[in-house]
Amino acid sequence: MDILYFIVQQTMFFAIPLLIVALGGMFSERSGVVNIALEGIMVMGGFFGIGFIHIFESRMSGQLLLLLALLVAAISGGIFSLLHAFASINLKADQTISGTALNLFAPAFVVFVARMLQGVQQIQFKDTFHMNKVPFLGDIPFIGPLLFRNAYITTYIGLGIAIVAGIVINKTKFGLRLRACGEHPQAADSVGINVYKIRYAGVVISGALAGIGGLVFIVPTSTNFNASVAGYGFLALAVLIFGQWRTNKIIAAAFFFGIMKTFASAYSVVPVLKTLPISTEVYKMIPYIATLVILAFSSRNSQAPKAEGIPYDKGSR
Amino acid sequence: MKKRKFMLSKGGKDFIASIIAIAAGLLIGLIILLFSNSKQAFPAFGMILKGGFTDGLVGIAQVFYLSTPIILTGLSVGFAFKTGLFNIGSSGQFTCGAFAAVYIGVKWTFLPGEIHWVVALIGALIAGALWGMVPGILKAVANVNEVITSIMMNYIGMYLVNILIVKYVYDPIKSQSVPVAKTAIIPKAGLDKLFQSNNINISIFIAILAVIVIYIVLNKTTFGFELKACGLSPDASRYAGINAKRNIILSMTIAGALSGLGGGLLYLAGSGKYMQVLDVLAPQGFNGISVALLGMSNPIGILFAGLFIGHITVGGNNIQLYDFVPEIVDIIIATIIYFGAFALLIKSIIGKIRRKPSETAPVKEEK
Repeated sequence: MDILYFIVQQTMFFAIPLLIVALGGMFSERSGVVNIALEGIMVMGGFFGIGFIHIFESRMSGQLLLLLALLVAAISGGIFSLLHAFASINLKADQTISGTALNLFAPAFVVFVARMLQGVQQIQFKDTFHMNKVPFLGDIPFIGPLLFRNAYITTYIGLGIAIVAGIVINKTKFGLRLRACGEHPQAADSVGINVYKIRYAGVVISGALAGIGGLVFIVPTSTNFNASVAGYGFLALAVLIFGQWRTNKIIAAAFFFGIMKTFASAYSVVPVLKTLPISTEVYKMIPYIATLVILAFSSRNSQAPKAEGIPYDKGSR
Repeated sequence: MKKRKFMLSKGGKDFIASIIAIAAGLLIGLIILLFSNSKQAFPAFGMILKGGFTDGLVGIAQVFYLSTPIILTGLSVGFAFKTGLFNIGSSGQFTCGAFAAVYIGVKWTFLPGEIHWVVALIGALIAGALWGMVPGILKAVANVNEVITSIMMNYIGMYLVNILIVKYVYDPIKSQSVPVAKTAIIPKAGLDKLFQSNNINISIFIAILAVIVIYIVLNKTTFGFELKACGLSPDASRYAGINAKRNIILSMTIAGALSGLGGGLLYLAGSGKYMQVLDVLAPQGFNGISVALLGMSNPIGILFAGLFIGHITVGGNNIQLYDFVPEIVDIIIATIIYFGAFALLIKSIIGKIRRKPSETAPVKEEK
């Protein structure tokens, strides 16, 4: 039983950041803008979030500090993503190129600033956010140890974001307009929707969520930020495509990947797996191979937004 | 009016757009330098511009050394771009190629000395090709987005190569791959004496040869025309009877081969670089994206873009003398690429300035 608890707890650490960032990517891509810059935006969000914690941890600690840092991460991610929005919406630039530029810019900028300010590029922080047990909820049998022990508040924020994102994109007027802009912007424009504004909103939401995701990835897994999110932005992109740009499927994909990742990193606590003569590296490959195989069988009818990646030009209506 | 004709030609506009992007990138770099340390900013900036020319021939040798692998990964990404595919998997193809080269270089000592390094490079080419072929097949047969499969193949390649290094060519004391046999090192052909540097060999010429071959394939052959047609309009090319599926597979395979060759060239250079067992994707693959974008996917452009990035990387390393961080170069490259994304806008502005108003027509974009 303890093994099951441990696996679920670990899965959260891997799956939640992927989930948040992939949902962010969904907002951008469903509005019609390819956002390959998720990795770079995560780095930016992680940098400013951790930087904020680093500066203020002498004055406060615990969940309030983390919540404020998440806000900082969201704002910095949102602002950074404006560069992508401006290039791909106003200037009708190639969105892959613009995104790649942001991916390249973020780590270089972060290393540059960190080393200029403090000599080394790693930013240390004290983990005062870990919760051994959530009060009351942690005492519930089965559910408590499963979800409310050895946890971070970011897990619940991530799940909350998933629910809100699902409602916003599927049930609200804004969500409908966003989807329209990604499927048929000309039609959306003809009924008076400002395609540019909606796409801006989509990209900035994706930036804010990717910024949060950057911080959420670092806090449970490390105590210093080394200008990198270990390719999680690209994995989130994979989760987004794997999840067919749909909220429910993205949630499933993120948790699938999280569980696979957990087996890769924690297989040694599972007695059956530990005795098998398989090297760590093989387990590390499993999530990626499994994704490939599943994609090979499930991609025939890709549900990518139709206008994705195509700059909208009012004149071409 | 020859000059004006050049300005209006596609190549001319690409060239001017690139120059504007490069100027913008350098300007942002200068501004950041000024912000962080205004006194040393100008000398440091000068050093970046001087780049590989700072240390005479040794510096130029260093530029060639850094440029060679990224010209090939750039060529790989650019070639795939031309056919409408985004090869973000250059990193994995590069690593697999590198491992094949090192493996053959270490183990296949039964080969005669003259052809040992050639076989090792061919091995790199094949390993990269196989790695690139997988996303191609999945795209063609099962309609899987090549971006995501390439990313997955990057990680699978990295972990697989880590396993293989430890299993076959590992030096546990130095925790890296064992050195390849002398016969597997790419010949220096006297260049080391000429440039006074151990980092140079004939691999820069192999890279140039690859550029020429890809240029000819893309621009002078029916096959290249078909590939580009598929990239521009998959539906139209299918209507014209072009086998799009076959071309997707071939395109990704060739792209993979180029990246793999890049890996082979780097690790057979005999310059003291060994394969490490780390969970880090090879950065050359991602630099290849920069090179391809900067070179506008044109093989000749990619050659110069690779040399340019090598050049300012050397300059960036030199500015540590002034207490600056070399990452400034990455910021400059990122800015250049960001502005390069506006190429369409810049080109249409050039078009508007250069044409008489009556001639104004929408500028057609070729991706």
